[in-house]
Amino acid sequence: MRYLTDRKRAIGKGASGTGTEHHWRMTVSAAGLAILAPAYVFIFGHALGSGYERAHSIFSHPLAAIITAVTLLVGLDHFRRGAQMAIEDYLDGPRRKIAIIAVIALSWFLMACGLFALARIAL
Amino acid sequence: MVQFTLPRNSKVRNGKTWPKPEGARNIRTFRIYRWNPDEDRNPRVDAYYVDMDSCGPMVLDALIKIKSETDPTLTFRRSCREGICGSCAMNIDGINTLACIHGINDISGTVRIYPLPHMHVVKDLVPDLNHFYAQHASVMPWLETTTNEPGKEWRQSIEDRKKLDGLYECVMCASCSTSCPSYWWNGDRYLGPAALLHAYRWIIDSRDEATGERLDDLEDPFRLYRCHTIMNCAKTCPKGLNPAKAISHLKKMLLERRV
Repeated sequence: MRYLTDRKRAIGKGASGTGTEHHWRMTVSAAGLAILAPAYVFIFGHALGSGYERAHSIFSHPLAAIITAVTLLVGLDHFRRGAQMAIEDYLDGPRRKIAIIAVIALSWFLMACGLFALARIAL
Repeated sequence: MVQFTLPRNSKVRNGKTWPKPEGARNIRTFRIYRWNPDEDRNPRVDAYYVDMDSCGPMVLDALIKIKSETDPTLTFRRSCREGICGSCAMNIDGINTLACIHGINDISGTVRIYPLPHMHVVKDLVPDLNHFYAQHASVMPWLETTTNEPGKEWRQSIEDRKKLDGLYECVMCASCSTSCPSYWWNGDRYLGPAALLHAYRWIIDSRDEATGERLDDLEDPFRLYRCHTIMNCAKTCPKGLNPAKAISHLKKMLLERRV
């Protein structure tokens, strides 16, 4: 590294040719969540404190179940991508890789748990 | 990567208090960052007193007066004294700006002067800008053409020329890049607002014929997409430019050719 020129160091590893897809998906999911999140909060608010039977019947409704499922998937996908960017800022080296893998695994796990629970209620 | 504390050898200590000018009535206090690589010591902040009745109105005037009359070892870059060369960029009263166009009277109380933040310091108020300039060079800040050179000149319509307004005025002072947290944290790979503004300046130039290659070079999670639209760059630019807007245009252009 000592013999690298400043220009060579700035060019570094070269452009990866990626990044736009991540940016686009973050933008689209953010726009989607601007609609989905209030809709989900509205549904959840109705179910909150209404008792087991009533909450069960609310989430059994197809529209409520679909909105909940889509919010869960889009929200966790948005979280995963956003968390990856934050991790890339705050950590480096092997810790960065491990943290990103952990966040991806956590997101997929939460998606699976949420969908399974929703399926149990709605179907 | 994020650093929340200064390294032990960069922690700033109180330095020397220089004598007040004799017989002066209108005195302002300047606290200035000092560090000499030849001394094996931490940086310090020296206090200087300047007689404002015999000093020009700008911060650079005071620095030159201090260097001429009080402490000749004080080191800083300066050249044009009118905001064109970008040499005297430093952190004044918490804001990255050009000392030559920042009025002393715009600051209340003690004037605090530090080098541009999060850069290696060469000496006193002189930051190491080698990497910054190399990043600028990496965006190929020149006209790239493939067609035959015209006999007279590369012509441009008035409308196309107008697209360069707000871009060509950048003097590469590094105030924007060194105010950007993303650049502090990932300056080795993130190009920073100044280099990206220049990249956009050449991409949007109607005479340039390497737009695709230029966009290819920028498409990277770190080079371009480390911009989180924090907007410090636009707030601090002493020339009133908006690098964040140029970066958003770059992202839009990359999206348009992908989606």
